[in-house]
Amino acid sequence: MDIYLTLIQLLDSTVRLATPLLLACLAGLYSERAGIFDIGLEGKMLAAAFFSAAIAAMTGSVWIGLLAGIAASLVLSAIHGIASITFRGNQLISGVAINFLAAGMTVLIAQAWFRQGGRTPSLIGKARFEPITLPFAEAVQDVPFIGPLYYELISGHSILVYVAFAAVPLTWWVLFRTRFGLRLRAVGENPAAVDTAGVSVVGLRFAAVAICGVLCGIAGAYLSTALQAGFVKDMAAGRGFIALAALIFAKWRPWHALYATLLFGLFGALETRPDVIEAVSGIKVQGQLLAALPYLMTVIILAGFVGKAIPPRAGGEPYVKER
Amino acid sequence: MTRDPAIELKGISKAFGPVHANKDISIRVMPGTIHGIIGENGAGKSTLMSILYGFYKADKGEIFLSGKKAHITDSQAAIAAGIGMVFQHFKLVENFTVLENVILGAEDGRLLKPSIAKARRSLLELAADYGLNVDPDALVQDIGVGMQQRVEILKALYRQADILILDEPTGVLTPAEADQLFRILNRLREEGKTIILITHKLREIMDITDTVSVMRQGEMTATVKTSETSPAELAELMVGRKVLLRVDKTPAKPGAVVLDITDLRVKDEKGVERLRGIDLQVRAGEILGIAGVAGNGQSELLEVLGGYANGTGTIAMNGEKIDLTGKSSNGQSRRARGIAHVPEDRQREGLIMDFHAWENVAFGYHNDPAYRSGVLMNNAAIREDTTDKMQRFDVRPPDPRLAAKNFSGGNQQKIVLAREIERNPDLLLIGQPTRGVDIGAIEFIHQQIVALRDKGKAVLLVSVELDEIMALSDRIAVMFDGQIMGERLPSETDEKELGLLMAGITDTYNEHSVDEVQDNLAHVHAPEKGA
Repeated sequence: MDIYLTLIQLLDSTVRLATPLLLACLAGLYSERAGIFDIGLEGKMLAAAFFSAAIAAMTGSVWIGLLAGIAASLVLSAIHGIASITFRGNQLISGVAINFLAAGMTVLIAQAWFRQGGRTPSLIGKARFEPITLPFAEAVQDVPFIGPLYYELISGHSILVYVAFAAVPLTWWVLFRTRFGLRLRAVGENPAAVDTAGVSVVGLRFAAVAICGVLCGIAGAYLSTALQAGFVKDMAAGRGFIALAALIFAKWRPWHALYATLLFGLFGALETRPDVIEAVSGIKVQGQLLAALPYLMTVIILAGFVGKAIPPRAGGEPYVKER
Repeated sequence: MTRDPAIELKGISKAFGPVHANKDISIRVMPGTIHGIIGENGAGKSTLMSILYGFYKADKGEIFLSGKKAHITDSQAAIAAGIGMVFQHFKLVENFTVLENVILGAEDGRLLKPSIAKARRSLLELAADYGLNVDPDALVQDIGVGMQQRVEILKALYRQADILILDEPTGVLTPAEADQLFRILNRLREEGKTIILITHKLREIMDITDTVSVMRQGEMTATVKTSETSPAELAELMVGRKVLLRVDKTPAKPGAVVLDITDLRVKDEKGVERLRGIDLQVRAGEILGIAGVAGNGQSELLEVLGGYANGTGTIAMNGEKIDLTGKSSNGQSRRARGIAHVPEDRQREGLIMDFHAWENVAFGYHNDPAYRSGVLMNNAAIREDTTDKMQRFDVRPPDPRLAAKNFSGGNQQKIVLAREIERNPDLLLIGQPTRGVDIGAIEFIHQQIVALRDKGKAVLLVSVELDEIMALSDRIAVMFDGQIMGERLPSETDEKELGLLMAGITDTYNEHSVDEVQDNLAHVHAPEKGA
């Protein structure tokens, strides 16, 4: 039973750590399915993390903080959209610029506003997303087997975790069951087909980039107001890039994005619990090695060792009407 | 004739910067007719049709549809006005099904299910009405080009188009598929649809159109009834001078074997065998034409021979074996052995578009002592040599300092030809010599190829244009799915027989249905889209 409880705890932190990755991964999925590569996920998350924490700290309301985070992320999305859709600039360069902008700007503003060395004050009470206890969780917690599963793993997360997991089937449904989804996928594969069918390529791509902004905003807000209590410098810590790796691993499919980010979440969880590995396998693993695991995995995936992933065909290319 | 014309354009003008693509164009197309528009590349045909389809806005001029003034501001307005367009390069989403492609942009609501169900019913009706059978659930990438074109036509009909514009529709089709397309067009005409057919092939104009308009350098030079004109007259109207439509050549005098290929095999990066045991010989003083639908291994054959792909088997040049592993042989050493190569895609493989003509002429021959002074390039000498070659090959303008991209397609091809032919090779490999080249230049390029042959050189010609293969070749080999299906003499074969061989059908004595041909072609990898 002890091992079972440990396992439940491990999975519980897997879910928590997977959540920001999942949101960012789905954000990238919308954008890249529409043909706009976005390596600025990291920057958008970071900006959202800062602004949601900062505004939550000032107003005392985490919900206003969340909106501020989404707004900040949307502003960066708009910059990416204008640069790469309207002006047909290079999407990678625009993304890199957004990452640098966010990395510098967040610390700078934090220092100007709060004078705490580039942090926000710690969030307490209503300025933070608190875990939600699902109905009957307390009642069933002593039921063997199912009780801990429900109480520890399924119940007791912040609302944003449930939002992230609900976004998976929703994204699948939008992409594959709606007119908008059909057009979105088409614009990432062959924008000329969309254009000649009388649908606006620019409009669709901006819509996709905006959805990407909202999801990145939620992901960032989750980092600073739910996973932790306040913003610290560089708190996105490469999660935007890991989400991109997960997106490739998932071959741009929503359900696979869930599995891929859960896998990365598991690595993150193991990092904090080397004792679990030792208990299960009997091998003592260096903590540093575990910490490096998600990044190693990212490199392996990006190097294409995990099967052939075919990106949307028009991805990364600005659409120019041909003569 | 009391009816209003289905389409009437009045005084359409359109300029791209200093280039006048369309100058004061007026045209009337009666309903229920097929109207051909013919002209050389860059004559402004596609621009005119793009204006009609709302892709561009005309600077001046008016459009009337069935007598009423139309404001076609974008493609959506054109579709709403009942205009459908089948582009030369299909606008299909390759990993979507046929149904998804058909409904894209014309869905019936926010959810897909009802739209798909409705489209499925419509497709069945259209298939019955016009003989346009397509598997609605097939992925577009899995069907052949002929089928893909049907999907494009179905897209237009599904949007209730009364006017159908087809831009160079037969460029990618086998003769059998082209015949099938023309049957469909005839059927559409009988149903009262108005069709505009853009082409540069005179034969198609003569075969199917009711009236024909000729465009030259952005202007409409004539509109005539097809029954009252002739190919020669149309060619003259297109080019502005008399042109020879047939290649003038004497019988070949084949000499010794120059190129001897035995059991040549090539795999692509996925490990799929793209050449599956090729045996071919080319003799001095003859042109061997390789016919086939694009994507059946012709490109791989040229790449291996040209020295930039590896293979297995043996290739002997003038009796000496060539290394095929890429270890001790490359394009450079191939040239040293007397193999010159005019690649299929001149803009990607033959030229660097942003470089000057003289730099392009030096490529591949940059180690020529005449081009060098010590360790440095002798640029002045290269420019002088280039000017000389440009004059002999009638490249216009003969300015070596002009970037390759600023020449027309025909002149670009002449630059590549001049570079290769002037080196007096024993063997000329030439792929799609006249793709995107206008009639006047075609005549010149064909003459140069024949002249090289008459000098006793060997020529290996690859072309998807069957007319070109028939006109130039002394011997024809047909490729299908990486194999040679047979060799024929031009005097002893016809388009029908070659067309069947191109579809992999070797018993050419019996009747074969078009569906059989298309089935066969669909099994081969979908041909790459030409540049």
